[in-house]
Amino acid sequence: MTRQRLLVISAVVLFVAAIVLIVIVRQRAARHITPQALAVPVTAPVKPGRKIKALLFYVSMDGTKLTGVEREVAYGDGHAEQAQQIVNAQLAAAATPLVSAIPPGTTLRALYLNEKGEAYVDLSKEVSTAHTGGSQDEALTIYTIVNALTTNLPAVKSVQLLVNGKEVDTLAGHIDLREPLEKNLDLVEP
Amino acid sequence: MPSALRLSLALRYNGPVLRRTALVILLLSAPLFSQQNSFIVLTRDARRAIATTTVNEQDYVALDDLAAVFQLTVREDAIGGLTVGYKGKTILLTPDQPLASVSGRVVSLPAAPIRNAARRWLVPVDFISRALSLVYDAKLTLRRPSRLVLVGDLRVPRVQIRYDAIGTGGRLTIDATPRAASTMSRDGDQLTMKFDADAIDAANVTGAAAALPGAAAQGLIQSVRMADAVTLAFTVGPRFGAFKITSQPSDTSMRQTVDIASGAPGQAPDATPAPAPFPAPPPDLSALTPSAAPVSSVRTIAIDAGHGGDDEGAKGAEGTKEKDVTLAVARKLKAALESKMGVRVLLTRDEDRNVPIDDRTAVANNGKADLFISLHANASWRPALSGATISTALFEHQAEQAARALAPELVPAFGGATRDIEFVPWDVAQIPHLEQSATLARVIEESFHDHVPLAMTPIDAAPLRVLQPANMPAVLLEMGYLTNPDQEKQLAGADFQNTLVQALVDAVVKFRDAMDDERRAAAFPEAAK
Repeated sequence: MTRQRLLVISAVVLFVAAIVLIVIVRQRAARHITPQALAVPVTAPVKPGRKIKALLFYVSMDGTKLTGVEREVAYGDGHAEQAQQIVNAQLAAAATPLVSAIPPGTTLRALYLNEKGEAYVDLSKEVSTAHTGGSQDEALTIYTIVNALTTNLPAVKSVQLLVNGKEVDTLAGHIDLREPLEKNLDLVEP
Repeated sequence: MPSALRLSLALRYNGPVLRRTALVILLLSAPLFSQQNSFIVLTRDARRAIATTTVNEQDYVALDDLAAVFQLTVREDAIGGLTVGYKGKTILLTPDQPLASVSGRVVSLPAAPIRNAARRWLVPVDFISRALSLVYDAKLTLRRPSRLVLVGDLRVPRVQIRYDAIGTGGRLTIDATPRAASTMSRDGDQLTMKFDADAIDAANVTGAAAALPGAAAQGLIQSVRMADAVTLAFTVGPRFGAFKITSQPSDTSMRQTVDIASGAPGQAPDATPAPAPFPAPPPDLSALTPSAAPVSSVRTIAIDAGHGGDDEGAKGAEGTKEKDVTLAVARKLKAALESKMGVRVLLTRDEDRNVPIDDRTAVANNGKADLFISLHANASWRPALSGATISTALFEHQAEQAARALAPELVPAFGGATRDIEFVPWDVAQIPHLEQSATLARVIEESFHDHVPLAMTPIDAAPLRVLQPANMPAVLLEMGYLTNPDQEKQLAGADFQNTLVQALVDAVVKFRDAMDDERRAAAFPEAAK
């Protein structure tokens, strides 16, 4: 009876030890993977070829403004294609310590540029559904795109954001999006 | 577990560091269990006081006192639960839980039931409005600031008295909300105002005579007191000469303006037998301002509880939703503004539902609100950010110029004449009010100092969709950051919400007074000097 008990206890101890070992190994593996995942360059997708230098915008350290960072962006043939490349670079995950004001998972569906210099940037629904919901963050999200296009492409005078192909009142309930917006450098830290 | 026991365990296991903390807790908590006060229960033919005890700033009432007043039965079961019965309906209470199950429906209470030193069960006074009112035959209304419980459909207008010195005379402004007619008469040194109501709710006029400092200094009105449940009695001073009363009814309230002229210096009121109410000739009534004086600049306030329904707004890590915080604060703010200022308050939503953004501003514009406050809670990609922000609307430069260039148009009127009609384009209606909105934002910021944490840059302007069409001074208040763990706890708690509401009421009073002074100065430049 005593031997049987000892066997059962040993089996339980071994089982627990095995579980703990597995958890530790998985945690270490995860820690090892994280830096690589964050290291995706902002200029993704990377493809060999011509590049231009562009000023991209990220959340400032104090969280209240945008900060401009110079990055290489794929060359685009013509204003509209170049605008697409800039937006795509802006939507890509930011490498630490940069923090992007674009909600994760947001993709560019289409981009139009008219003769008045108004760019229409059609973003996927995540720009709205995955947003933090703060009014300040909403302004930072909007002007990340507006400023990236108007600062780097003089041909773009103003930008209107569309969500899933449609005009929207706001992204998260605060900032008016029904008209194209002009560059706003008040939101960019000096 | 009782708190004393919990503390002794902490001392046993954690040594000197905790001992200091425990001592501080005991010292702090001692005076919080002391205050005694009462609420008045008003029925159509009776007034009855029920004692309340204040514990940690929460008013409690004894359950057996409520049982006596409202014919309830109270039963305590073996496991400590409490069953309150009324005509076959039951309310279940559990000690330690700020909840009540009312005929199977769970309602929240601001605090759990507690037992006092005399082993009597105490419940928060909100138990009356949140739980008892759901089972009681007659309507129950709790007016916490006035410490009143109204039983049945009683007409109990809130009465607010204000005194302004004008030259050697003065003006009493008496507002009754909801509207109730009143008559004034003079009998010797008493000027009485009787209201057509079941009772009046004059929280600032208690049983004892309250002074009206400006009026007493001028020798016009010495004091004011409640003569009976529906009558205010003003004791006139030695310089009181004559009075003239003007009624200004609005949709929701009745304003009585009593212009008082001073008599000969040193003349006692009883020296001249006064043929009330209009003694003739009034000594210097002509010196008084015209009776058609401008009414208060802030009579209706629109409060917008941001987000709602499937639009949850920002969300904290612990699950606090912006839509819930904004609704809770909006309800509290409405109650506080109505009871303290006697103003009409419109809510853009009073339940958890989605309201299109333009409909929110439409509530304010169509309700002819004099002020619009949109309540929100912030979120940031940087979780350390904290503090409140007050925002005003911002317009693209061209839109602002175009709107300012709009002139009133002449349109035909009856009889072949023309008249000016001001066309206000919806999207830019806020532009003429931007200056006053900025003043409101500054007043709120001042009022928040030392009470509500402010962000690094507490005032800003943004193209905010809900403010742009507002045809009145308007601000959007981000009360704090839900993405900051400490602030999430604060925003979800009653203490912070109450402090914030009080600071907002103070700000609105200050803003109203400033606007009233501006109007008065514009209407009577001489008096303003």
